[in-house]
Amino acid sequence: MAFTGTRQGAEQAVAGRREAGFAAGLARSPAFWRLLSVALVLGLWEIAGQIPVNWAFPPFSRVFLAFLRMIADGSLPLAYLDTLQPLAIGIVISGVVGVGLGVAMGLRADVAWVATPLFVVMQAAPMAALIPMITFIYGIGLTSKVLAVCVLALPVIVLNAYKAVRNVNPSLIAMSRSFLGSRWQEITRIVLPDASPMIFAGLRLGIAAGFIGIVLAELLITPTGIGDLITYNRSVAKYPEMYATIASIIVFAAVVVGLLLRLETALFRPERRGQAS
Amino acid sequence: MTAAVSRKPAPAAPAGEALVQVRGISKVYAGAVEALRDVTLDFEEGRLTSLLGPSGCGKTTLLKIIAGLIPATAGECLIAGRRVTGPGPERAFVFQDFALLPWATVLRNVGFGLELRGVPKAEREERAKHYVDMVGLAGFERKYPHELSGGMRQRVGLARALAVDAAVLLMDEPFSAVDEQTRRKFQEDLIRLRAVASKTFIFVTHSIEEAVYVSDRVVLLSPRPGRVADIIDLDLARDRDPDEIRRMPEYLDTVEAIWQGLRRYV
Repeated sequence: MAFTGTRQGAEQAVAGRREAGFAAGLARSPAFWRLLSVALVLGLWEIAGQIPVNWAFPPFSRVFLAFLRMIADGSLPLAYLDTLQPLAIGIVISGVVGVGLGVAMGLRADVAWVATPLFVVMQAAPMAALIPMITFIYGIGLTSKVLAVCVLALPVIVLNAYKAVRNVNPSLIAMSRSFLGSRWQEITRIVLPDASPMIFAGLRLGIAAGFIGIVLAELLITPTGIGDLITYNRSVAKYPEMYATIASIIVFAAVVVGLLLRLETALFRPERRGQAS
Repeated sequence: MTAAVSRKPAPAAPAGEALVQVRGISKVYAGAVEALRDVTLDFEEGRLTSLLGPSGCGKTTLLKIIAGLIPATAGECLIAGRRVTGPGPERAFVFQDFALLPWATVLRNVGFGLELRGVPKAEREERAKHYVDMVGLAGFERKYPHELSGGMRQRVGLARALAVDAAVLLMDEPFSAVDEQTRRKFQEDLIRLRAVASKTFIFVTHSIEEAVYVSDRVVLLSPRPGRVADIIDLDLARDRDPDEIRRMPEYLDTVEAIWQGLRRYV
């Protein structure tokens, strides 16, 4: 009796340990905590919408249904096509010009002296205030919207590329020179690879700023695409649709930025492969 | 060392002159910090000379001037009779912080000096492989620096310097960033390397024991501004067991004598 009792106890202990092992494994998995974080936010949203905290604030479930409806009737995909055109053009221009200029500023002191004050001011100033002026000069077409994206995305891309080049490990530069590397080899094989993580961080922030720029442009200049969907659904009090549009652009921006991080790891930093999240 | 690659003839110094000559070198950094004052030294071919001195005595500055990485304020440096105006193919540098490309494999890092010289990929990888084996890193060719210990990283730095087949090897406190056991192993490897490679070594260190253990000649520099305080020629029989050398009276006496000479500075 005493013997079986001990044995049962032991079995229970083993089972308990196995459960604890599973829970511990779950607790160590980053994916679990990330999902928990998302679930927590969506749960709070659902509760706040059910109370409701405001008659114009629908719960997550209704917003999600509205999102599915808008995909099914094609209005959301069409809006994205409209929005992405000026965004993509603006980001490509800001990326090419911004990285090029930032790297030039990092490599040459005279370029840095000329350009740094301009971009420091641009970064500090509320550039959204310039959008009415852009409309005044360039009208309400595509040019204005592209410019709105550039004005917001460019400063952060330029300044990050500049700092990235200035922060290149000086010991690697000395190494390149001592092994007879030319200036061109030094730039292409030391400076750019070493600066690439920070340049890409700048591109990520620039793209995030570009999203702000395009949404502002679509709300302030002429309602098209996403901005049109937000404005229209607000004016006819279709709040689930309005929030579905807003939430979708937030998620879209987050996914784009996340993919950029993966691209950076794959292209430039093989030693960090598998470490980056 | 079996030279797997065609060896360039070592740059010969004019008869009766040292391979590396330092003539009246002074260095004043911006902000009026005087690092070196009127240093004149000869480094003879095939010998290992240590530059020894307290922190801030300008020993690394002197090494970088010889490397052509920084200009001297006054004086000149001659390699095989030719004036140094910048880095050259007859000199290779081993860095204190290793200076490895974190995004490149061991093999590419070792072959990087050859890559910068435009040696075709197949040839430079073959030569890099030879030196990777020589420093005892066979099997680590595809690893990245962050996967290696500090000691292994410096072996990569050493292999990179050996791979360009320079006559003069400039080593800037190469073993200071590794742990004590690794350091001793390195010192023994350096002595073995000397026995097989006909190179001229200039070795910066702040460790008296290390300087005496590995060098033919120790140059003592005074604190800032650095000047030559003393030159000690050594003739230790290095074909013996490493532990035996470290117990030899000659070795111990020299360490003690240098310490007595340096103690007035600390």
